[in-house]
Amino acid sequence: MIKTIEFEVLGNKDTRSGFGEGLLEIAKQNENVVGLCADLTGSLKMNAFEDEFPERFFQVGIAEANMMGMAAGMTIGGKIPFTGTFANFSTGRVYDQIRQSIAYSNKNVKICASHAGLTLGEDGATHQILEDIGMMKMLPNMTVIVPCDFNQTKQATMAIASHDGPVYLRFGRPKVPNFIKPDADFQIGKADVLIEGTDVTIIACGYLVWRAIEAAKELADKGISAEVINMHTIKPLDTRAILESVQKTKCVVTAEEHMINGGLGDSVSQVLSQNTPTPQEYVGMDDSFGESGKAEELMAKHGMDTPHIMAAAEKVIKRK
Amino acid sequence: MNTQELTQLASQVRRDIVRMVSGASSGHPGGSLGCADFLTLLYFDTMKHNPESFTMDGLNEDVFFLSNGHISPVWYSVLARVGYFPINELGQFRKLSSRLQGHPSTDKKLPGIRMASGSLGQGLSCALGTAETKKLNGDDSLVYTLHGDGELQEGQIWEAAIYAAAKKVDNVIATIDYNGRQIDGDVEDVISLGNLSQKWQAFGWEVLEMDGHNMEEMKEVIAKAKSLTGNGKPIVIIMKTEMGQGVDYMMGTHKWHGNAPNAEQLSSALDQLTETLGDY
Repeated sequence: MIKTIEFEVLGNKDTRSGFGEGLLEIAKQNENVVGLCADLTGSLKMNAFEDEFPERFFQVGIAEANMMGMAAGMTIGGKIPFTGTFANFSTGRVYDQIRQSIAYSNKNVKICASHAGLTLGEDGATHQILEDIGMMKMLPNMTVIVPCDFNQTKQATMAIASHDGPVYLRFGRPKVPNFIKPDADFQIGKADVLIEGTDVTIIACGYLVWRAIEAAKELADKGISAEVINMHTIKPLDTRAILESVQKTKCVVTAEEHMINGGLGDSVSQVLSQNTPTPQEYVGMDDSFGESGKAEELMAKHGMDTPHIMAAAEKVIKRK
Repeated sequence: MNTQELTQLASQVRRDIVRMVSGASSGHPGGSLGCADFLTLLYFDTMKHNPESFTMDGLNEDVFFLSNGHISPVWYSVLARVGYFPINELGQFRKLSSRLQGHPSTDKKLPGIRMASGSLGQGLSCALGTAETKKLNGDDSLVYTLHGDGELQEGQIWEAAIYAAAKKVDNVIATIDYNGRQIDGDVEDVISLGNLSQKWQAFGWEVLEMDGHNMEEMKEVIAKAKSLTGNGKPIVIIMKTEMGQGVDYMMGTHKWHGNAPNAEQLSSALDQLTETLGDY
C-alpha cells in the first residue's frame, strides 16, 4: 500500500522573489551583506534591498566581468557580496573572472543567478543557459545550490551568507508551487527526502522537484512507490542520501533543468558508479540549445516534464 | 626613504628577479625589471602597510593589486625584501609545492597577496571592489594597482574604467606600465592603444605621467596622486618604463617578456646589477 502524498502548497511564487526577500532579510541581520547588480535589479527582485540599503547596493551597469571582479575585491575588508544577474551572464559570460578572482582566490562571493534554463521562456536560447551547473560545479572551492521553490530560495539565500566561501545559487523566472515550509531549516549539502518510496528513487533539483512530486503521485496510482529527493545542493553532494535511497530502490531517475552532460545526473552517476553501480535514467536537456516558447511548452517539448519523469521511472525499474 | 637607498634596494630586487627566473628556467624578467623601481618605491616608501602581520582584510592599510600577474618575480622580491616572508623562499619560485607560484595566488597563503592574477584585465575591477569596501568601512587608506599596457587591450579594464569614474571611486591610484611592448612585439604594431592619456581622460580619470626609472620624479608624482584622492575622480598614472631595465641585452626588445636567461646570460646580467643587500 502506497501512502497518500500530499503537500500543502502556499500558492505559486517565483523563486527569484524568494531571493529578493531572502537578501533583504539577511541584509537586515548582517551589515556586511552587500549587493551588486548588472542592470537587472527588477528582474532579480533586488529593489527592496536597494531601497532599504542604498549605500550597500552597487549598480554596475551592463558589465558583468567588472561586477565579478568587484565582488571578489569587496570581500577584502569583510563584505559579503551577492551578485545578481541572469544565470547566463552570471556564469558563461564571466567564467574566467569567476575562476581566477573568485574560485581560485577563494573569495566569499555569492553568485546569485536568475532566469536559469528553458523556463526563462520566450527570450529563447541566447538567454536559456543549460550548462551553468556543470561549469560551476567543476570549479574547486565552489558550492552549487539549486533551490526548488520560493521558500527554499529565500532560506538558501539567507543560509549562504553564513557559509564562508564562493557559492553559486541558481533560481528561475516562472512561478512554481511554493510548498517547502516557511520555517524549514535549510542546510547546505543536506538533501530533502520529500517522499519515501521503495521502487525507484527520483533525484531532482530546482524546477523539476515539483514535477518529480507530481510524477510520484501518478506513479503511486499505478502501484509504483517512488522516493523523491530534492537535491538542492549539487556540490557538495549528499552522497549518503543517494546511497541510502538506492539501497532500497535499486534504481534512479535524475531530473534537472540542465544539460544531461555535466549536471546533477552526472554527479549522481559518479557516486553510484564508485559505490554501487545502479541503473539510472536521465531527465534533462539532451545536447541541444533551447528556443522561444512558454516555459511549460518548452519543458514538455524537450523532455523535462512530469510525463517524462514517469516514463523514465518505469523504464529504469525494468532495468533492475 | 631617500632616493639612494631606494635605488640600492631596486638593484637588489633586479638581481633577485634574474636569479629567480634563471633558477626556475622560466618566468617573465622583462616587465619585472621594468617595474622594479616603482614597486620598490611603493612598498618601501609610499604605502602604509604591515609586512610583519599580514591580514587578508588589510583594514586601515593601503592595498596593492598586481593585475599583470606575470611579473610576479618583481612582486615576490619586493614582498620578501620588505618583510612579508623570508628572502630565502625566493629560490622556490615556480618550484613544486612552492608558495611562489608562476603567477600570484592566494591558495598557497603567501603573505602579501590578496588576489590571484595572471589572466589579464581583472585587477582593476578587484581594486574597485576593495576601494568600495574601504569606503563602506570608513577606512581612508588607498588602493593601488599595476597593469601592463598590453593588458589594456582587455575589455574588462574599460568596464572598470567606466564604473570608477561614474561612481566616483576616488581612493584608487592605478598605474600603467607603459613599456610599449607585449609578447608578439611592440604594442604599437600588435594593436595600437592610440592616445592613452586622452583615452583615460575621456573615461573621466585624472591622468598623471611619470618616468618609471626616476625615483625623485616618481616620488613627486605619487605624492601628487595621493593629494588628488578624495576629489571624486579615480586617478591613473601612465608610467613610462623600459622593459628589461638594468640588463642591457634585455632592453630595447620584447624578446625578454617571458624567457629565462641561461647561465652565461645570467652571469652577464648579474655583472650589471650591484649586489646591495646580499643575494638570497
